[in-house]
Amino acid sequence: MDISQLVFYMFAGLAVASSVLMITRKNPVYSVMYLVLTLFSVAAIFVLLDAHFIAALQVLVYAGAILVLFLFVIMLLNLGYDFDPDIRGKFWWVIGFGLGLVLFAELFVLARNAHQIPQSDAVARLLAERGAVGAVAEPLFENYVVAVEVTGVLLLVAMVGAVVIAKRRV
Amino acid sequence: MLFESLVVSAVLFAVGVAGVLLRRNAIVMFMCIELMLNAVNLSFVAISRYVGIEGQLFVIFVMTVAAAEAAVGLAVIISIFRHYESVDVRNFRLLRW
Amino acid sequence: MVGAALVDLVLSLAQEATGAHERVFVPFLPSWMILLPFLGFVLNGAIGYLAPERRRLVSLIGPGVLGLTFLIAAVNLVLIAGVHEAEPVIRSYWTWIEVGQLRIEAALQLDQLSVIMALVVACVSFIIHVYSVGYMGEDPGYARYFSFLNLFVFFMLVLVLSASFPLMFIGWEGVGLCSYLLIGFWFRESAKADAGQKAFIVNRIGDFGFLMAMFAMFAYLGTLDFQGVFEAAPRAFEYGGAAVTLITLFLFLGCTGKSAQIPLYVWLPDAMHGPTPVSALIHAATMVTAGVYLVARAGVLFALAPLSMNVVAVVGGVTALFAGTIAVQQYDIKRVVAYSTISQLGYMFLAVGVGAYTAGIFHLGTHAFFKALLFLASGAVIHAMHHALEHADEPAGEDVTQDMRNMGALRKYLPTTFKTAWVGALALAGVFPLAGFFSKDEIIWSAGARGQTVLWVVGVVTALLTAGYITRWLVMTFHGENRTGERARKYLHEAAPIMVGALVVLAIGSVVTGWVNVPEALPLLPEFTWLHHFLHPSFAQAEHILVEHLGEAAHVSPIGGGEGMWALISTAAAIVTILIVFNVLSGKRYLPAREAKEPAGLWGLLYHKYYVDELYDLVIVRPFKWLCVFSWRVVDQGLIDGVMVNGVGYTTRFGGWLISRFQTGYLGTYVLIIVLGALIILGAVTL
Repeated sequence: MDISQLVFYMFAGLAVASSVLMITRKNPVYSVMYLVLTLFSVAAIFVLLDAHFIAALQVLVYAGAILVLFLFVIMLLNLGYDFDPDIRGKFWWVIGFGLGLVLFAELFVLARNAHQIPQSDAVARLLAERGAVGAVAEPLFENYVVAVEVTGVLLLVAMVGAVVIAKRRV
Repeated sequence: MLFESLVVSAVLFAVGVAGVLLRRNAIVMFMCIELMLNAVNLSFVAISRYVGIEGQLFVIFVMTVAAAEAAVGLAVIISIFRHYESVDVRNFRLLRW
Repeated sequence: MVGAALVDLVLSLAQEATGAHERVFVPFLPSWMILLPFLGFVLNGAIGYLAPERRRLVSLIGPGVLGLTFLIAAVNLVLIAGVHEAEPVIRSYWTWIEVGQLRIEAALQLDQLSVIMALVVACVSFIIHVYSVGYMGEDPGYARYFSFLNLFVFFMLVLVLSASFPLMFIGWEGVGLCSYLLIGFWFRESAKADAGQKAFIVNRIGDFGFLMAMFAMFAYLGTLDFQGVFEAAPRAFEYGGAAVTLITLFLFLGCTGKSAQIPLYVWLPDAMHGPTPVSALIHAATMVTAGVYLVARAGVLFALAPLSMNVVAVVGGVTALFAGTIAVQQYDIKRVVAYSTISQLGYMFLAVGVGAYTAGIFHLGTHAFFKALLFLASGAVIHAMHHALEHADEPAGEDVTQDMRNMGALRKYLPTTFKTAWVGALALAGVFPLAGFFSKDEIIWSAGARGQTVLWVVGVVTALLTAGYITRWLVMTFHGENRTGERARKYLHEAAPIMVGALVVLAIGSVVTGWVNVPEALPLLPEFTWLHHFLHPSFAQAEHILVEHLGEAAHVSPIGGGEGMWALISTAAAIVTILIVFNVLSGKRYLPAREAKEPAGLWGLLYHKYYVDELYDLVIVRPFKWLCVFSWRVVDQGLIDGVMVNGVGYTTRFGGWLISRFQTGYLGTYVLIIVLGALIILGAVTL
């Protein structure tokens, strides 16, 4: 086992552990913290998978923007103190983990077919030619520019919608 | 590495599902959904390493949509909080008549 | 129908003008015979509804239309008798049903048989209508009575004059309906209403047989009018085959219902609850003879089925004997005559069952007269008893006025009734030279001549029984000592002249009608076998088939001796029986009904009519009622209403409630269900 495998397993374990911790904390702020940790670990795994741009994007957007937004909301709603425990009872624990287990099993079965994926090194060549950013940016803005524009409109709509919905009725 | 990545993705997704079922706090439920999205991103990236760059492009879009969704969803939660004074989903019974 | 009348009028007038009726029989206003009684029904019904107190008008219309009908029938008889071996004439007025292969016309068939029947029906009906004017004069339902009676005659004439089985069936059903209406005429008394119902229901069982026979006939022959059926039958059916035997047995089932033979005779004694003229007309002279007419008319079919003919003859004979024994021990004046009717009908069926069609029709005609006479005489007696008891302020219910134990020595008080009753009784007993002698004798002789020894013996024994019970009837009613009671006796008087007049006319008929067929074998008398020759064309085909398969009838009785000798012996035996019974019973002291005990032992068995009614009630009526209640409570209310209709409603509501429980409104529930759904789909893919 070489070093990249070892690092991979380490970060994978970290991701899984922190995600489990996330869902079991009473304090929502702690949950956010653990989710940040999970996202960082996943970003590390991205790097190991040669997706450098995506890794950077993950840290910047997900961990940086979205989770900060979550924290702000928690702060606004004053949920960090005097909170009622909001984890469901024993019955739901059984159901939750049972279904999770079933889901995992099904996905595992699907994943076993992974070795049938043809191994090509097109991505590695692309990376080598254009660099990390260029490998992603050129196909994005050459072949999928329409999707990019649509995404822009979507973000605009989301922004306006968020303002409208959360606005205090005067 | 591909197979292990997919397994990790599956685990994270399952944990996210369990979290959605287990928690009553609307914000934490939302965070678990984000976790699920992230797991999917992971599997996309893992496979794109061998198939083509399109996987990573799709991850970008997923992240964008996740951001937009988080913004709007949290706005909704704030709006609900103003009415019910709590974010516990047990109290939101309007979906019934 | 008005069109039919006009058609006939025009045709008859045209024929009168051209004189064509010399060579071929042209009927004279045939449809008027049917329409006039119907008109009477409509008019009387209208009067009954709108102005029930106009009795004079009803008295004019009711018997009046019958009188005209009788005249037309008489004219037709003269016309058809004038033509030697006339062909049947079929007058078709319109096409009634035309469906696929089936074509039924509204048509009347006028041949010797139907004209004779129509004449008998019209004549006796007319006389009874006149009698009813007197009998029902004080009844509040006067107009209704006459309208029903006219309707009855209408249906009866449709029955005898029709040219096809379905049209005959209309008449068949119609007379059953009128029987119900008239038996239950005083419907406010439940016993009478029940009697009407019983008659109709038992009749219906017979009607089922008629219908099945018609269906089978159509299935095999493709036609239902008489000409077509009797032409096709000898070719289509093999002699004695299952098909024709089945058809004729079903037809006979209808006859047992309508003509009160075993096993469907039980309605006739109960029918005595109706007014006496109704009993006379419907249950003596006309409706009950419809069965005999049917067998005679369908003679061809019966001739092709020897088994059925045997059944007919045996049932007729057994019924004759059976009913005769019951009549010996009845105390109700009308019941005796009712059982006598059943017995005499048995004779008629015996006759047509052995192939002596003319003898059966002959007895039908003579019996109409003397049985009607006996009934009407009973009516006069009952009328007198009723008046007397009412005047004396004593209970005058039916069970008192009609019980012979309350009568006696009425010859002093009702002399003319007494004399006519004796004439009727002698005619019934078959004493020469009255009508019953000739007709009954011919039947018994025919049975013997065709080799049916047992039936011949039965016929002879029943004849003696007949003489016996009718003498008992006479003695108890008119002779001996009067048992009506001191007070009521003063008020006994003869019936109104109009009633007595009808009795006298019928008495004359009872004497004279026998003379239409005097067989040559009788010594000292001129031969006058008019009826045989007249009816020969109607029965020629049937008789031909019989001769073909069974050979000619013999001319010797089973135990030797010719016809003439046995005629003398039977008359003598009847007279001897009458004298013996008369002497035995004259001296007997009967007790009035309220003091008398019920007969016991063997006599009790006869008095209780062999408990047949009780048997039917136990075996048929009660299980059927139980079935009906079961069907009502369990099947209809419980199963269909409860389980199927209401149950569907409840199930749907319950299902709706059950599914509504899914809509909890909780986010957690919905998330769970989404996850479950996703898992299932994923599972379907991975597996």
